Amino acid sequence: MELARAFSTMAADLPAIFSMIVVSVVGLVMLTVAAFRSDHPSIPWLGVAGMVVASAWELFQLGTEPGTAFFGAIRVGGYAAFINLLVLLAGIATTILSVPYLHRLKHDYGEVYALLMYATVGMILLGSSNSMVSIFVGLETMSVCLYVLAGLIREDEGAVEAALKYFLLGAFSTGFFLYGIALMYGATGTMYLPAMAQADLATAGGTLLFWAGVALFLIGFLFKVSAAPFHMWTPDVYQGSPTPLTGYMSTASKAAAFGSLILVLYYALPAERWTLVLAVVAVITMVVGNVMALSQANVKRMLAYSSIAHAGYILVALAAGTEAAFAGALFYLLVYTVMNIGAFGVMALLEWDGREGRVQTLDSLAGIGTDRPVLGVTMVVFMFSLTGFPPFGGFFGKYAVFAPAVDAGLTWLVLIGVLMSAVSGYYYLRVVYVFWMQDRDDVVDARQASLGGLPPVSRTSQGVLVVCAVGLVAMAFFSGGLIEAATGFFDASAMAAAGGGG
Amino acid sequence: MDSELLVRLILLLPLFGAVVNGLGPLFVEQMRTREGWIGTLGTAVVVVPFALTAYLFATFDGTPVVVDFFTWMEAGDLSLQFSYLVDELSLIMTLVVTGVGGVIHLYSTGYMHGDSGYWRFFAYLNLFIFAMLNLVLANNLPVLFLGWEGVGLCSYLLIGFWYTDLSNSAAANKAFIVNRIGDFAFLMAMFLLFSQLGSLDFDVLLAEGPQLSQDVLNWTVLLLFIGATGKSAQIPLFVWLPDAMAGPTPVSALIHAATMVTSGLYLLARMSELVLAAEIVMAVIAIVGALTAIMAATIAITQNDIKKVLAYSTVSQLGYMFMAAGVGAFFVSIFHVLTHAFFKGCLFLGSGSVIHSMEHVEHELEAEGHDVSDFDPQDMRTMGGLQQYMPSTGWTYFIATLAISGIPLLAGFFSKDEILFKAFEYGFVGGANYAWFVWGVGVITAALTAFYMARSYYLTFLGEPRWPDADTVHAHESSASMTIPLWILAGGSAVTGYLGLPAVIADGKLNWIHHYLGADYGGPVAEPSLAGHVPLALEWGLIGLSSGIAVGVFLYARSAYLATGVAFDETLSARFGGLYQTWSDTYYWDDFYDNVVVDSLINGLARRGLAPFDGRVVDGIVNGVAGAAQVGSGLLRRLQTGVVQNYALALVLGVVLVIGLMVFGG
Amino acid sequence: MFAEFVPLFIMIVLALGLAFTLLKAAEILGPSRPNKIKRTPYESGMDPVGSARERYSVKFYLVAMIFIVFDVEVVFMYPWAVSFQDFIDGGAFLGVMTVVTIFSVILMVGLLYDIKKGGLDFEK
Repeated sequence: MELARAFSTMAADLPAIFSMIVVSVVGLVMLTVAAFRSDHPSIPWLGVAGMVVASAWELFQLGTEPGTAFFGAIRVGGYAAFINLLVLLAGIATTILSVPYLHRLKHDYGEVYALLMYATVGMILLGSSNSMVSIFVGLETMSVCLYVLAGLIREDEGAVEAALKYFLLGAFSTGFFLYGIALMYGATGTMYLPAMAQADLATAGGTLLFWAGVALFLIGFLFKVSAAPFHMWTPDVYQGSPTPLTGYMSTASKAAAFGSLILVLYYALPAERWTLVLAVVAVITMVVGNVMALSQANVKRMLAYSSIAHAGYILVALAAGTEAAFAGALFYLLVYTVMNIGAFGVMALLEWDGREGRVQTLDSLAGIGTDRPVLGVTMVVFMFSLTGFPPFGGFFGKYAVFAPAVDAGLTWLVLIGVLMSAVSGYYYLRVVYVFWMQDRDDVVDARQASLGGLPPVSRTSQGVLVVCAVGLVAMAFFSGGLIEAATGFFDASAMAAAGGGG
Repeated sequence: MDSELLVRLILLLPLFGAVVNGLGPLFVEQMRTREGWIGTLGTAVVVVPFALTAYLFATFDGTPVVVDFFTWMEAGDLSLQFSYLVDELSLIMTLVVTGVGGVIHLYSTGYMHGDSGYWRFFAYLNLFIFAMLNLVLANNLPVLFLGWEGVGLCSYLLIGFWYTDLSNSAAANKAFIVNRIGDFAFLMAMFLLFSQLGSLDFDVLLAEGPQLSQDVLNWTVLLLFIGATGKSAQIPLFVWLPDAMAGPTPVSALIHAATMVTSGLYLLARMSELVLAAEIVMAVIAIVGALTAIMAATIAITQNDIKKVLAYSTVSQLGYMFMAAGVGAFFVSIFHVLTHAFFKGCLFLGSGSVIHSMEHVEHELEAEGHDVSDFDPQDMRTMGGLQQYMPSTGWTYFIATLAISGIPLLAGFFSKDEILFKAFEYGFVGGANYAWFVWGVGVITAALTAFYMARSYYLTFLGEPRWPDADTVHAHESSASMTIPLWILAGGSAVTGYLGLPAVIADGKLNWIHHYLGADYGGPVAEPSLAGHVPLALEWGLIGLSSGIAVGVFLYARSAYLATGVAFDETLSARFGGLYQTWSDTYYWDDFYDNVVVDSLINGLARRGLAPFDGRVVDGIVNGVAGAAQVGSGLLRRLQTGVVQNYALALVLGVVLVIGLMVFGG
Repeated sequence: MFAEFVPLFIMIVLALGLAFTLLKAAEILGPSRPNKIKRTPYESGMDPVGSARERYSVKFYLVAMIFIVFDVEVVFMYPWAVSFQDFIDGGAFLGVMTVVTIFSVILMVGLLYDIKKGGLDFEK
């Protein structure tokens, strides 16, 4: 009878993983279609449709009460829905942006989009996990798909190098991650996050075991969000991967990983022993990301370092560890996802001169803004937002992560963060400068690049970019409400509901 | 209907229009020539809010309605809410903005016909209405400031609308830069208030503001007033407004006469509780207003450009309104804002109609082989006799001229007379000495107003046509889309004065606007409490005096200009000599700014003093930091070897770091 | 204690005995006509002696990988099969069948994909 009840509970819990089901089933269908005709044009749009359905579902889950499902393995409610929505929207945007890009490279295999779907499933699981097992399964599902996607253009040695490096180092960090989970389980005797916080660590040995486990566990996450010094793979991988997919890797996977990390910090590790660790890592990350980005001539590589720097900003909020800070981090993830997907999307459309994004220099894009005004204008919006200029979401995002950190007494950390974002202005605005204020005829690279004509125009891609740009402005105006809503995910009832599971 | 929904519609419809008119044609070039659609949409999104406001106005029961849109951001004590307030004052201002605005939109569909930037024009105009509605409907200073900056931006865009002409761009820049000075003061006032009260919502400001210390109050009100001098073109920041006439004429009518320039008055009326508590600053306001009024009026006499006359007249009338505010009669200043919106709007649109037809004359002359390089379609000296060709424009211009001159029973008479009476009363009953000065200057300005307005009408519309070949080349009346708005506004110029009948009639019981706005009757606009009254006979005497002056001077100017035409200016110039020269050189204000501010301060101090400092010291530091960062970047780059073993090594070092910090650092 | 391991010992003895018996039986009963190829350790496979730098068809690895993937996947069915009876006793027949059906369908999709992509065509 026990077993029968277990099954009926699980059946009743199915709505909790509705979007996961939809995305995986659609992914299977896509794979089946791809089995018969790999470049069938309907495949990406199938994926988009599936993800649209899933995001519509998640949209309605935003307001629901937090809780758990599947015997405490999965977390439901507004928080999970927010992360899932973010991941799904990133997936939709990436799919649409990839279609013309992969078509031009003649790599428009249906499998790519199916893998994108599976990666999305992994991220959704990661963002809504309530136990170490689901975190691990989600993280690996996501990672394995991304390893393959990184090496998609297998004729290109850079892509192969990227995929291999990503895989090797990823496997390496996963080892630490698993070891960390094992130690934490050993110390607490549970896999469930809320139960971990309540576990009795009476003996000194148990405490040491637990915190050593936490350290190893954090390393796994810090690797995935490319925090320094676990970031070394990022520039190579981002530079070598297909550009729209780089945008996806740099946003969705980080959003999911950060979302899961916040859950762990909030539910499983309430004692703030990790503040110093995260603060130190945040400093190193911000400094390395911003300083390294200064000397990059390739926009993709620059954006890779910039994404490292942005991980640092988010880590500032996590180090603060208050509910307001977590809410700020969530808002920042939203803003960051939109602007980074947009920036990579623009770059994807600008790789027309036969040279891949891996080797393309910023100089070769001189004056492109006047030829392709939509791309130029949206890129300006993304760059200003990434810098953190006031009328755009980026400014309010930075404000949302820095202000709670000051309240939490981490003023020194915020000071470094603000200084570093001032430095970031240099390399972001250089893109604006090159796009709009340089004349193509004055720059050798750009003259050569323009020999092959102008970049082609894709209306759907430009539509996505315009939506992203408008969204950034809108987010600035609705930042107050959005942060307030995000804070609502962490209210007292959430803590109470955390008791469930385990 | 739900009033919250209505407020949302009123605010968002113009924004919708701006977005559609702006973005649609920007991306789809075929849409740019669809003037019918663009004009209809642009006008509808202003007229519909007018109808909605009228409904709100009719059903308003005296309790202010607060509509919260959403929280913009929260930072510590500061909470920025997009919150709007509907009360008597904001209703009147909204009616003016959407009503006069709607009429001017309609006029623009005719005036801008065929312009390649037609869509851009309507997008800007709708955006302006949106910003202006934010300004007048705001429930706190930040939102008001947002609208304040928004209208400034739209003003800048529209002054420089024909940006291919460099002088237009220069005028736009001038307006923008001069306004920044006022905006800075406004911001300082906001900071001051927030630091003292911890809130910028109107209810808190008005309830707790008057209890602040006198010094703080004085500074706050002074800073607010300086902010108002920028936007509402008072001494010393008025210099941008005459140049702002470089924009299309509907813009001059809407922004630089009827609505935006009166926002300073609105601000003072909204903050009237605070202003009343700062008596010294009130004297400053009144005296600055009076000086501006008489200065601009004297300049207006000497101007030959029809729009320049109206521009200086606007400055002068704004001075009048500040006079009223300075003697505590805020509701009267709003009353004058209302009547002024009608007659000055009508005059500007009339001048636009005239300019249109003179441009037509210019084209015909060119077609006949004349050299038209010196022909200025805005110069009154080449006009004359237009009444016979354009009767609608002529008649409406005449009505509005009578109204602004203060001829009895038209709108301007009532509002202007009320201002003079209030000034007199403040001196007579309230015992404030400066009020006498203000009153005296006001009376003289009234005479000057009647003079220059009569001059502008008679030079333009009567007498013999003075352009070349006037017997063969004729002017033409403008289209109905332009003359209908003229008649609407002329009608308003005739009747809106009856909203505020003077106190001599039925003991002031029929002064509707006083009853509607005044705090004594539960309205939002505060009033000074004066013990005693001006005797009835004296009041009648004052009314008689001002009507006598207005009618007398008007008739004098009429006979003078009808008899001798343009030549009478020479007579004036001879009679007043150097004084006249001062007037026509606009009191050397522009020279003052050019020589003192631009040359000595900016060129001298900045270029010789600050620029080297900036170049050597500041840039040196910045470049040094940038150089250091580049060097650091280069060094760090060496760590990024590309060899995967080294990456793993870095990872391991990170592991050691994290474990060390976690286990020993916690 | 010792008694518990008796079945294991019996199992080991049986396994060793069977292997030995079968090998010997084949040697005795079957015809013995050795040649060079038959005498290599991995018949039809690689030569364990000699240069390791020889080229092989990538299909070797492909098939091996596909084998491992499906092999590992099928291992998941063991715990299912072991506890199958318990589930039926517990009244959860429908549930347990649904779960394994979903699992099998996903595997089938993989197999279908593999076949259509020619992953099993060794000759191609």
